[in-house]
Amino acid sequence: MLRVFAASSLIEAFTSIAREFEAENPGVGIDLDFGGSQRLRSQLEFGAKADVFASDDNRQMDILVDNDLVFGRPVDFTANELVVITVADGPVNGLGDLAKSGIRVVLAQASVPVGAYSRQALANLAADTKNGLGPQFESLVLANLVSEEANVRFVSQKVALGEMDAGIVYQTDVAATRKVGTIKTIPIPEAFNIKAHYQITILESSGDTELAQSFVRFVLSETGQSLLANHGFSTP
Amino acid sequence: MARLNAATRLTNHPVGVLGGSGAILYVLFIGLPVLALLIRAAQQSDFFDAVTSDTALTALRLSLLTSIISMAVVVVLGTPFAYLLARSDHLWARVVDSLVELPLVLPPVVAGVAMLMAFGRNGLIGSELTSLGINIPFTTTAVVFAQIFVASPFFIRSAKLGFQSVDKDYEDVAQTLGISPLRTFLRITLPLASPAMFTGLGLAWARALSEFGATMMFAGNLTGETQTMPLAIMSAMETSLDGALALSVVLLAGSVMLLVGLGLLTRRSWQRR
Repeated sequence: MLRVFAASSLIEAFTSIAREFEAENPGVGIDLDFGGSQRLRSQLEFGAKADVFASDDNRQMDILVDNDLVFGRPVDFTANELVVITVADGPVNGLGDLAKSGIRVVLAQASVPVGAYSRQALANLAADTKNGLGPQFESLVLANLVSEEANVRFVSQKVALGEMDAGIVYQTDVAATRKVGTIKTIPIPEAFNIKAHYQITILESSGDTELAQSFVRFVLSETGQSLLANHGFSTP
Repeated sequence: MARLNAATRLTNHPVGVLGGSGAILYVLFIGLPVLALLIRAAQQSDFFDAVTSDTALTALRLSLLTSIISMAVVVVLGTPFAYLLARSDHLWARVVDSLVELPLVLPPVVAGVAMLMAFGRNGLIGSELTSLGINIPFTTTAVVFAQIFVASPFFIRSAKLGFQSVDKDYEDVAQTLGISPLRTFLRITLPLASPAMFTGLGLAWARALSEFGATMMFAGNLTGETQTMPLAIMSAMETSLDGALALSVVLLAGSVMLLVGLGLLTRRSWQRR
């Protein structure tokens, strides 16, 4: 039995990777636990036992490395980008609308990797003088913030349910969100977007580092990478 | 004499002995984590800074404000309701009575999702409310809603038992003496039922202060608006343990103060009976 902790955005991709890995290794079962990377990291710090950890940022990994909780060295295995999602018939039709007063915006908490990336992207958009969003853009959007969520799927779900007008999630979350409700997407231009680098590692608490190693290798393999690509992830 | 016998019998009784070790285990089981929390918090050098930090104070203020409003609503509406439940033996009263128990067995997270389905922007009546310009989910009002939902049964049940313990003869006598029903209720029934009501209020208040699941689902998590103490603890836990410890100690102190304070009130109102 292999226990894998993975960022919420990996739900679909890692579920299919785990299924494929189990098919190739009869008798091996994979137990997946998804959540905000910061929550999983904090649980590991407090003694949770797992074999593999896949995080959507380096910050969480670095903390684990500093606390000697990582076996070997974390490696980049995939990447992701941000996108704005909005309610289908809602008031937000362009990036500029996010700053209009009365718009209900939802983001992940700043401690969640995607929450930190979202704020960086907003800052990038505000800092640019040519896109016309203006230096106030970031603070105006943050003033519209109605809730700060513990992981990316809580963000996407709030928009899909129509409770919030707009939110920032990973582009890979869009497919899963469409299953919950009708949404539109507004791209964040490449120049301002954030590339999230995902890292994977074997953990010190692993009871079977060999099996954990072969799972990590599988994620990095052509099969693993193409499964990730199927779910919209890009190469690291 | 009879009492002495009972005591000696208890120490020799096999179940009595088991009960003793059970009591020790129980005290350790509950006491140790609380003690550990206090010790770890005391070891922090910047404990006071963490307690008086902006996040902590904002969350504390919001928790107090929302729980006071919830308790006011619960007491004002719940008292006559509990009286009705205590005095009525209609079939519908019994049906409503069992409905009061539902929030006690319903997981708070489910309560939160259910409230979102009802009062959410696309909810059952939420869409109508929205068109009227009333917006409940993810506001401070939603925090109060969540607290009332989960905490009200503690007060209503206790108040109902309190009213049931008041002999109806007192009320009848008072009324034959020409005292109005409202006056009878305020002067006789209410004071006699008050110890039970204070107990219920204490439990309900503590439950409202600790509310987490329904709040997270229905009210979200925003500093100053919807982030109550328990949600602040969750958020802090993911960034700094020190912050989480400080907030936990504050919430623990608050709950203990509530328990002691209402315990004293209950005793005083018993003595006055």
